[in-house]
Amino acid sequence: MAAFIDAGYFVATLTFVGGLKFLSSPAKAKSGNILAAIGMTLAVGLTFYSALTNALPAINMMIILGAIGIGTVVGKLMSSRVEMTGMPQLVSLFNAMGGGCAMLLGIIEGQQVGVSSLPLNVQLLLAGGLVIGAASLTGSMVAYFKLAGKLKDNRNRALIYMARTSLVLILGLLIAFSFGLLPMSFVNLIYILAFLSLLYGVLFVWPIGGADMPVVISLLNSLTGVATALAGLVYANKIMIAGGIFVGAAGLLLTLLMCKAMNRSLLKVLAGTFAKGKGAA
Amino acid sequence: MEFINQNLDTFYFIALCLFLGIEVIANVPAILHTPLMSGANAISGVILIGAIIIMLKVEPTDYLSLTLGGLAVLLGTLNIAGGFFVTGRMLAMFSTKKK
Repeated sequence: MAAFIDAGYFVATLTFVGGLKFLSSPAKAKSGNILAAIGMTLAVGLTFYSALTNALPAINMMIILGAIGIGTVVGKLMSSRVEMTGMPQLVSLFNAMGGGCAMLLGIIEGQQVGVSSLPLNVQLLLAGGLVIGAASLTGSMVAYFKLAGKLKDNRNRALIYMARTSLVLILGLLIAFSFGLLPMSFVNLIYILAFLSLLYGVLFVWPIGGADMPVVISLLNSLTGVATALAGLVYANKIMIAGGIFVGAAGLLLTLLMCKAMNRSLLKVLAGTFAKGKGAA
Repeated sequence: MEFINQNLDTFYFIALCLFLGIEVIANVPAILHTPLMSGANAISGVILIGAIIIMLKVEPTDYLSLTLGGLAVLLGTLNIAGGFFVTGRMLAMFSTKKK
Protein backbone atom coordinates (compact mmCIF):
# COMPACT_ATOMS: atom_id res chain seq x y z
CA MET A 1 0.00 0.00 0.00
CA ALA A 2 2.81 2.39 0.89
CA ALA A 3 4.41 1.71 -2.50
CA PHE A 4 1.15 2.61 -4.22
CA ILE A 5 1.03 5.94 -2.38
CA ASP A 6 4.68 6.70 -3.09
CA ALA A 7 4.11 5.99 -6.79
CA GLY A 8 1.15 8.36 -6.75
CA TYR A 9 3.29 11.05 -5.09
CA PHE A 10 5.90 10.53 -7.81
CA VAL A 11 3.31 11.02 -10.56
CA ALA A 12 2.02 14.15 -8.79
CA THR A 13 5.56 15.54 -8.56
CA LEU A 14 5.96 15.02 -12.32
CA THR A 15 2.72 16.90 -12.96
CA PHE A 16 4.12 19.85 -10.98
CA VAL A 17 7.20 20.01 -13.21
CA GLY A 18 5.08 19.56 -16.34
CA GLY A 19 2.57 22.12 -15.09
CA LEU A 20 5.27 24.74 -14.51
CA LYS A 21 6.80 23.97 -17.91
CA PHE A 22 3.46 24.31 -19.73
CA LEU A 23 2.56 27.42 -17.73
CA SER A 24 5.60 29.15 -19.15
CA SER A 25 4.53 28.68 -22.78
CA PRO A 26 1.55 30.71 -24.08
CA ALA A 27 -0.02 27.92 -26.14
CA LYS A 28 -0.02 25.28 -23.39
CA ALA A 29 -0.49 27.43 -20.29
CA LYS A 30 -4.11 26.36 -19.74
CA SER A 31 -3.37 22.65 -19.88
CA GLY A 32 -0.40 23.27 -17.55
CA ASN A 33 -2.69 24.72 -14.92
CA ILE A 34 -5.12 21.83 -15.23
CA LEU A 35 -2.30 19.27 -15.14
CA ALA A 36 -0.84 20.69 -11.93
CA ALA A 37 -4.32 20.90 -10.38
CA ILE A 38 -4.95 17.23 -11.18
CA GLY A 39 -1.59 16.30 -9.66
CA MET A 40 -2.37 18.29 -6.53
CA THR A 41 -5.77 16.60 -6.16
CA LEU A 42 -4.09 13.23 -6.55
CA ALA A 43 -1.46 14.05 -3.91
CA VAL A 44 -3.97 15.37 -1.37
CA GLY A 45 -6.33 12.45 -2.00
CA LEU A 46 -3.55 9.94 -1.48
CA THR A 47 -2.41 11.66 1.73
CA PHE A 48 -5.93 11.58 3.08
CA TYR A 49 -6.29 7.94 2.08
CA SER A 50 -3.05 6.99 3.82
CA ALA A 51 -4.21 8.91 6.90
CA LEU A 52 -7.43 6.86 6.87
CA THR A 53 -5.52 3.59 6.76
CA ASN A 54 -3.42 4.81 9.72
CA ALA A 55 -6.45 4.83 12.05
CA LEU A 56 -7.25 8.51 11.87
CA PRO A 57 -9.65 9.42 14.74
CA ALA A 58 -13.17 10.27 13.56
CA ILE A 59 -13.12 13.86 14.86
CA ASN A 60 -9.84 14.60 13.11
CA MET A 61 -11.19 13.11 9.88
CA MET A 62 -14.33 15.20 10.02
CA ILE A 63 -12.35 18.38 10.67
CA ILE A 64 -10.05 17.66 7.71
CA LEU A 65 -12.93 16.88 5.35
CA GLY A 66 -14.90 19.92 6.53
CA ALA A 67 -11.93 22.26 6.17
CA ILE A 68 -11.09 20.94 2.69
CA GLY A 69 -14.73 21.27 1.60
CA ILE A 70 -15.10 24.81 2.92
CA GLY A 71 -11.68 25.81 1.56
CA THR A 72 -12.49 24.57 -1.95
CA VAL A 73 -15.87 26.30 -2.09
CA VAL A 74 -14.62 29.59 -0.61
CA GLY A 75 -11.52 29.56 -2.83
CA LYS A 76 -13.68 29.01 -5.90
CA LEU A 77 -16.07 31.81 -4.89
CA MET A 78 -13.28 34.27 -4.09
CA SER A 79 -11.56 33.65 -7.40
CA SER A 80 -14.73 33.79 -9.51
CA ARG A 81 -15.94 37.06 -7.98
CA VAL A 82 -12.72 39.03 -8.21
CA GLU A 83 -12.42 41.82 -10.77
CA MET A 84 -9.81 41.38 -13.48
CA THR A 85 -7.75 44.22 -12.00
CA GLY A 86 -7.94 42.66 -8.55
CA MET A 87 -6.16 39.44 -9.44
CA PRO A 88 -2.62 40.22 -8.28
CA GLN A 89 -3.77 41.10 -4.77
CA LEU A 90 -5.89 37.95 -4.64
CA VAL A 91 -2.80 35.89 -5.48
CA SER A 92 -1.07 37.70 -2.62
CA LEU A 93 -3.94 36.86 -0.28
CA PHE A 94 -3.79 33.17 -1.23
CA ASN A 95 -0.05 33.23 -0.72
CA ALA A 96 -0.61 34.68 2.75
CA MET A 97 -2.80 31.66 3.49
CA GLY A 98 -0.06 29.25 2.43
CA GLY A 99 2.34 31.12 4.72
CA GLY A 100 -0.19 30.95 7.54
CA CYS A 101 -0.49 27.21 7.03
CA ALA A 102 3.31 26.86 7.33
CA MET A 103 3.33 28.96 10.49
CA LEU A 104 0.53 26.91 12.10
CA LEU A 105 2.40 23.68 11.35
CA GLY A 106 5.39 25.03 13.28
CA ILE A 107 3.22 26.09 16.22
CA ILE A 108 1.28 22.82 16.47
CA GLU A 109 4.41 20.74 16.11
CA GLY A 110 6.14 22.93 18.72
CA GLN A 111 3.35 22.25 21.22
CA GLN A 112 3.64 18.52 20.65
CA VAL A 113 7.40 18.59 21.23
CA GLY A 114 6.84 18.75 24.99
CA VAL A 115 5.62 15.15 24.80
CA SER A 116 8.37 13.76 22.59
CA SER A 117 11.66 15.57 22.10
CA LEU A 118 12.88 16.00 18.55
CA PRO A 119 16.48 16.02 17.30
CA LEU A 120 18.03 19.48 17.00
CA ASN A 121 18.11 19.56 13.19
CA VAL A 122 14.38 18.79 13.02
CA GLN A 123 13.68 21.54 15.57
CA LEU A 124 15.67 23.99 13.46
CA LEU A 125 13.81 22.97 10.28
CA LEU A 126 10.52 23.51 12.08
CA ALA A 127 11.60 26.89 13.43
CA GLY A 128 12.85 27.91 9.96
CA GLY A 129 9.57 26.94 8.30
CA LEU A 130 7.67 28.84 10.98
CA VAL A 131 9.77 32.00 10.59
CA ILE A 132 9.47 32.04 6.79
CA GLY A 133 5.78 31.14 6.83
CA ALA A 134 4.91 33.83 9.38
CA ALA A 135 6.89 36.55 7.58
CA SER A 136 5.27 35.50 4.30
CA LEU A 137 1.82 35.62 5.92
CA THR A 138 1.99 39.22 7.16
CA GLY A 139 4.15 40.39 4.24
CA SER A 140 1.57 39.11 1.74
CA MET A 141 -1.25 40.67 3.76
CA VAL A 142 0.48 44.06 3.62
CA ALA A 143 1.05 43.60 -0.12
CA TYR A 144 -2.64 42.76 -0.48
CA PHE A 145 -3.77 45.88 1.40
CA LYS A 146 -1.39 48.05 -0.61
CA LEU A 147 -2.61 46.77 -3.97
CA ALA A 148 -6.21 47.12 -2.81
CA GLY A 149 -5.42 50.75 -2.01
CA LYS A 150 -6.17 50.39 1.68
CA LEU A 151 -2.66 51.12 2.88
CA LYS A 152 -0.38 53.96 1.88
CA ASP A 153 3.35 53.74 1.39
CA ASN A 154 5.37 54.58 4.45
CA ARG A 155 9.05 55.22 3.86
CA ASN A 156 9.86 56.13 7.44
CA ARG A 157 13.48 55.22 8.19
CA ALA A 158 12.44 53.94 11.61
CA LEU A 159 10.44 51.14 9.94
CA ILE A 160 13.47 50.00 7.99
CA TYR A 161 15.66 50.00 11.12
CA MET A 162 13.01 48.11 13.09
CA ALA A 163 12.73 45.56 10.27
CA ARG A 164 16.48 45.00 10.34
CA THR A 165 16.50 44.74 14.14
CA SER A 166 13.78 42.09 14.14
CA LEU A 167 15.56 40.14 11.40
CA VAL A 168 18.81 40.19 13.39
CA LEU A 169 16.92 39.12 16.52
CA ILE A 170 15.30 36.20 14.67
CA LEU A 171 18.62 34.99 13.25
CA GLY A 172 20.38 35.55 16.59
CA LEU A 173 17.77 33.51 18.46
CA LEU A 174 18.03 30.69 15.92
CA ILE A 175 21.84 30.61 16.11
CA ALA A 176 21.89 30.85 19.91
CA PHE A 177 19.33 28.06 20.14
CA SER A 178 21.25 25.78 17.80
CA PHE A 179 24.32 26.08 20.04
CA GLY A 180 22.24 25.38 23.15
CA LEU A 181 22.83 28.85 24.56
CA LEU A 182 19.18 29.71 25.06
CA PRO A 183 17.71 28.87 28.47
CA MET A 184 14.18 28.38 27.14
CA SER A 185 12.02 25.53 25.94
CA PHE A 186 11.35 24.94 22.26
CA VAL A 187 7.68 25.93 22.63
CA ASN A 188 8.57 29.36 24.03
CA LEU A 189 11.16 29.86 21.31
CA ILE A 190 8.49 29.05 18.71
CA TYR A 191 6.11 31.66 20.14
CA ILE A 192 8.78 34.36 20.29
CA LEU A 193 9.95 33.56 16.76
CA ALA A 194 6.38 33.59 15.44
CA PHE A 195 5.76 37.01 16.97
CA LEU A 196 9.02 38.48 15.63
CA SER A 197 8.47 37.01 12.16
CA LEU A 198 4.91 38.30 11.91
CA LEU A 199 6.27 41.71 12.84
CA TYR A 200 9.13 41.41 10.37
CA GLY A 201 6.77 40.60 7.48
CA VAL A 202 4.88 43.85 8.07
CA LEU A 203 7.96 45.99 8.55
CA PHE A 204 9.70 44.49 5.53
CA VAL A 205 6.93 45.10 2.98
CA TRP A 206 5.47 48.35 4.31
CA PRO A 207 8.18 50.73 3.04
CA ILE A 208 8.25 49.15 -0.44
CA GLY A 209 6.44 51.18 -3.11
CA GLY A 210 3.04 50.02 -4.34
CA ALA A 211 4.22 49.75 -7.95
CA ASP A 212 6.83 47.18 -6.90
CA MET A 213 4.28 44.95 -5.18
CA PRO A 214 4.06 42.29 -7.97
CA VAL A 215 7.79 41.68 -7.54
CA VAL A 216 7.41 41.47 -3.76
CA ILE A 217 4.48 39.07 -4.10
CA SER A 218 6.55 36.86 -6.36
CA LEU A 219 9.39 36.91 -3.82
CA LEU A 220 7.06 36.08 -0.93
CA ASN A 221 5.55 33.30 -3.05
CA SER A 222 9.03 31.90 -3.53
CA LEU A 223 9.56 32.11 0.25
CA THR A 224 6.36 30.16 0.93
CA GLY A 225 7.82 27.50 -1.35
CA VAL A 226 10.93 27.37 0.83
CA ALA A 227 8.78 27.08 3.97
CA THR A 228 6.94 24.19 2.32
CA ALA A 229 10.22 22.48 1.49
CA LEU A 230 11.44 22.87 5.11
CA ALA A 231 8.19 21.34 6.39
CA GLY A 232 8.65 18.54 3.85
CA LEU A 233 12.11 17.85 5.28
CA VAL A 234 10.61 17.59 8.77
CA TYR A 235 8.16 14.90 7.62
CA ALA A 236 10.60 13.36 5.11
CA ASN A 237 7.87 13.83 2.51
CA LYS A 238 9.41 13.99 -0.97
CA ILE A 239 6.50 15.66 -2.76
CA MET A 240 6.47 18.52 -0.26
CA ILE A 241 10.23 18.95 -0.62
CA ALA A 242 10.08 18.79 -4.42
CA GLY A 243 7.00 21.01 -4.77
CA GLY A 244 8.40 23.53 -2.30
CA ILE A 245 11.79 23.72 -3.98
CA PHE A 246 10.29 23.97 -7.49
CA VAL A 247 8.25 26.93 -6.32
CA GLY A 248 11.16 28.40 -4.38
CA ALA A 249 13.56 28.20 -7.34
CA ALA A 250 11.06 29.10 -10.06
CA GLY A 251 9.65 31.90 -7.90
CA LEU A 252 13.06 33.40 -7.31
CA LEU A 253 13.92 33.32 -11.02
CA LEU A 254 10.50 34.76 -11.84
CA THR A 255 11.13 37.55 -9.33
CA LEU A 256 14.38 38.41 -11.07
CA LEU A 257 12.72 38.25 -14.50
CA MET A 258 9.95 40.58 -13.33
CA CYS A 259 12.54 43.02 -11.99
CA LYS A 260 14.29 42.89 -15.34
CA ALA A 261 11.03 43.53 -17.20
CA MET A 262 10.53 46.61 -15.02
CA ASN A 263 14.13 47.67 -15.47
CA ARG A 264 14.74 47.69 -11.72
CA SER A 265 17.22 45.73 -9.68
CA LEU A 266 15.87 43.49 -6.93
CA LEU A 267 18.01 45.24 -4.32
CA LYS A 268 16.54 48.61 -5.25
CA VAL A 269 13.02 47.20 -5.00
CA LEU A 270 13.75 45.77 -1.57
CA ALA A 271 15.42 48.92 -0.34
CA GLY A 272 12.14 50.68 -1.11
CA THR A 273 13.92 53.54 -2.84
CA PHE A 274 13.00 54.84 -6.24
CA ALA A 275 15.98 54.81 -8.56
CA LYS A 276 16.90 58.44 -9.01
CA GLY A 277 18.49 58.04 -12.43
CA LYS A 278 15.94 55.71 -14.00
CA GLY A 279 17.79 55.31 -17.26
CA ALA A 280 20.97 54.27 -15.47
CA ALA A 281 19.88 50.67 -14.94
CA MET B 1 30.31 14.30 8.65
CA GLU B 2 28.01 11.52 9.71
CA PHE B 3 25.07 13.86 9.21
CA ILE B 4 26.13 14.54 5.61
CA ASN B 5 26.59 10.84 4.93
CA GLN B 6 23.15 9.96 6.20
CA ASN B 7 21.42 12.70 4.29
CA LEU B 8 23.36 12.61 1.03
CA ASP B 9 20.33 11.42 -0.95
CA THR B 10 18.33 14.38 0.32
CA PHE B 11 21.09 16.80 -0.69
CA TYR B 12 21.19 15.36 -4.22
CA PHE B 13 17.41 15.56 -4.37
CA ILE B 14 17.32 19.20 -3.26
CA ALA B 15 20.09 20.29 -5.63
CA LEU B 16 18.45 18.62 -8.64
CA CYS B 17 15.01 20.03 -7.79
CA LEU B 18 16.58 23.47 -7.49
CA PHE B 19 18.06 23.34 -10.99
CA LEU B 20 14.92 21.78 -12.46
CA GLY B 21 12.78 24.53 -10.95
CA ILE B 22 14.99 27.21 -12.48
CA GLU B 23 15.40 25.56 -15.90
CA VAL B 24 11.77 24.69 -16.41
CA ILE B 25 10.54 28.30 -16.43
CA ALA B 26 13.66 29.93 -17.87
CA ASN B 27 12.00 30.92 -21.17
CA VAL B 28 8.76 32.37 -19.86
CA PRO B 29 7.50 35.40 -21.82
CA ALA B 30 6.65 38.53 -19.82
CA ILE B 31 2.92 38.21 -20.55
CA LEU B 32 2.78 34.95 -18.58
CA HIS B 33 4.60 36.27 -15.48
CA THR B 34 1.45 36.80 -13.41
CA PRO B 35 -0.31 33.50 -14.31
CA LEU B 36 2.93 31.62 -13.68
CA MET B 37 3.32 33.31 -10.30
CA SER B 38 -0.25 32.36 -9.46
CA GLY B 39 0.22 28.77 -10.63
CA ALA B 40 3.44 28.39 -8.64
CA ASN B 41 1.64 29.83 -5.63
CA ALA B 42 -1.02 27.14 -5.97
CA ILE B 43 1.68 24.45 -6.14
CA SER B 44 3.27 25.74 -2.93
CA GLY B 45 -0.07 24.90 -1.33
CA VAL B 46 1.22 21.30 -1.28
CA ILE B 47 1.97 22.19 2.36
CA LEU B 48 -1.62 21.04 2.89
CA ILE B 49 -0.16 17.52 2.92
CA GLY B 50 1.88 18.50 5.97
CA ALA B 51 -1.26 19.83 7.63
CA ILE B 52 -3.05 16.52 7.02
CA ILE B 53 -0.05 14.57 8.35
CA ILE B 54 -0.02 16.66 11.51
CA MET B 55 -3.74 16.06 12.06
CA LEU B 56 -2.87 12.36 12.30
CA LYS B 57 -0.69 13.00 15.33
CA VAL B 58 -3.09 15.31 17.19
CA GLU B 59 -5.03 13.64 20.00
CA PRO B 60 -8.85 13.88 19.51
CA THR B 61 -9.11 15.48 22.97
CA ASP B 62 -6.49 18.20 22.34
CA TYR B 63 -8.97 20.85 21.22
CA LEU B 64 -6.43 23.67 20.78
CA SER B 65 -4.27 21.67 18.39
CA LEU B 66 -7.36 20.33 16.62
CA THR B 67 -8.58 23.88 16.00
CA LEU B 68 -5.19 25.10 14.83
CA GLY B 69 -4.76 22.00 12.65
CA GLY B 70 -8.22 22.47 11.12
CA LEU B 71 -7.34 26.09 10.42
CA ALA B 72 -4.06 24.97 8.80
CA VAL B 73 -5.93 22.53 6.55
CA LEU B 74 -8.43 25.27 5.65
CA LEU B 75 -5.69 27.77 4.79
CA GLY B 76 -3.76 25.20 2.74
CA THR B 77 -6.90 24.25 0.80
CA LEU B 78 -7.72 27.89 0.14
CA ASN B 79 -4.19 28.39 -1.17
CA ILE B 80 -4.52 25.44 -3.55
CA ALA B 81 -8.13 25.84 -4.72
CA GLY B 82 -8.02 29.62 -4.96
CA GLY B 83 -4.62 29.50 -6.66
CA PHE B 84 -5.64 27.12 -9.42
CA PHE B 85 -9.03 28.77 -10.01
CA VAL B 86 -7.50 32.25 -10.24
CA THR B 87 -4.82 30.99 -12.63
CA GLY B 88 -7.55 29.41 -14.75
CA ARG B 89 -9.46 32.68 -14.89
CA MET B 90 -6.36 34.67 -15.84
CA LEU B 91 -5.56 32.26 -18.66
CA ALA B 92 -9.18 32.24 -19.88
CA MET B 93 -8.89 36.01 -20.15
CA PHE B 94 -5.89 35.67 -22.46
CA SER B 95 -7.57 33.40 -24.97
CA THR B 96 -10.73 35.54 -25.28
CA LYS B 97 -8.55 38.55 -25.91
CA LYS B 98 -6.80 36.86 -28.80
CA LYS B 99 -9.90 35.51 -30.54
